[in-house]
Amino acid sequence: MLQPIPDTSIFDLRLSRRGLRLNRMCGTLCDPANREAFKRDEEAYLSRFPLSEAEKNLVRKRDFAGLIQAGLNIYWMLKLGSVTGNSLYRMGAQMRGESYEQFLATRRLKDAV
Amino acid sequence: MPSRIVGGLGLSHVPSVGVAYDRGKLQAPAWKPLWDAYVPVREWLSRLKPDVAIVVYNDHGADFMLEKYPTFAIGAADSYAIADEGFGTRPLPAVRGDSDFSFHLIESLVADEFDLTVCQEMGVEHGFLVPMNLCFEHAADGWPVAAIPLQVNVIQHPLPTGRRCYKLGQAVRKAVQSYGPDLKVVVMGTGGMSHQLQGRRFGFMNEQFDQMFLDELEKNPQKLAEMSHQELMEQAGAEAVELIMWHVMRGAMSPRARRVHRHYYAPMTTGIGLITFEEG
Repeated sequence: MLQPIPDTSIFDLRLSRRGLRLNRMCGTLCDPANREAFKRDEEAYLSRFPLSEAEKNLVRKRDFAGLIQAGLNIYWMLKLGSVTGNSLYRMGAQMRGESYEQFLATRRLKDAV
Repeated sequence: MPSRIVGGLGLSHVPSVGVAYDRGKLQAPAWKPLWDAYVPVREWLSRLKPDVAIVVYNDHGADFMLEKYPTFAIGAADSYAIADEGFGTRPLPAVRGDSDFSFHLIESLVADEFDLTVCQEMGVEHGFLVPMNLCFEHAADGWPVAAIPLQVNVIQHPLPTGRRCYKLGQAVRKAVQSYGPDLKVVVMGTGGMSHQLQGRRFGFMNEQFDQMFLDELEKNPQKLAEMSHQELMEQAGAEAVELIMWHVMRGAMSPRARRVHRHYYAPMTTGIGLITFEEG
């Protein structure tokens, strides 16, 4: 059995089960027409899916750390990032509790983005 | 002469490399060290002239969704479409398959007790395409090699063990060598190296671990494949567990294979590794 690792989410079956609704919604964003629909009217798009109010709030607030805890897989979260203008590094900075600039300052090469 | 494996590669499949490739930026200073490392690899591959690349990779939610998630899945099609993983479809030609060879691999692997999910349709994305971009130059209408995608679950635990992946590689070797047509095959194990993409430990890398992994993959691959997922994730970050796919490649190489290239570059959030082996 896997043991917890500090400051790390391990995407196991329990977490995957918890996040299934969110992952399903984000999975639909692999279709360009759906991405357009999301950008045009986010609320209407979210209402197409059986998401809980708490899950919708995490999306509305762009609470990436909260979404990971709610079972959204990082690779499905990247699709949400794409439609909300949040790159991996922006999401990462937020999860670290840093500004984007603070995060970039910790990297060796800032332009290999 | 039956088919044979002529070479193996372990290499990372960082998505930003695909973006840089499409924008023509791989020769800009940030990516040049990586680009330069692959120049001799492409020359080497053009000497080996493989007919088929077996690409061991993982999908990132482009074609495989979590409602049903296979542990091992293999392509059995004559063409693989470029999938949209949420950022648009990359301007690349579809990848030619070889369904007869796929069928043989599947028959042999299932007989060897590797019960793979068979995919007569499969879209491929950065996990597969970034290694293809780095290793082969495509034309407008296709690629210089056919490919067989072999998808491994490295994202939803429980994952296959490293040892299981190594044994799958050994079974792939046996399957290739029992195929009648005279094909030259390379096996590519993709993903890793150290990285973590979520939690407060986002951005974690461990170059010392990555260099150790490259050393041991060359010298003690069976021992390396015994490393637990727990240890791998603790040492190298949760997403570094993709490295188990390199064991499939290594398991497919003979004990006589010699290491040819090795490179490491870690500019941002992922240790980008490269190692190649050639059969004698």
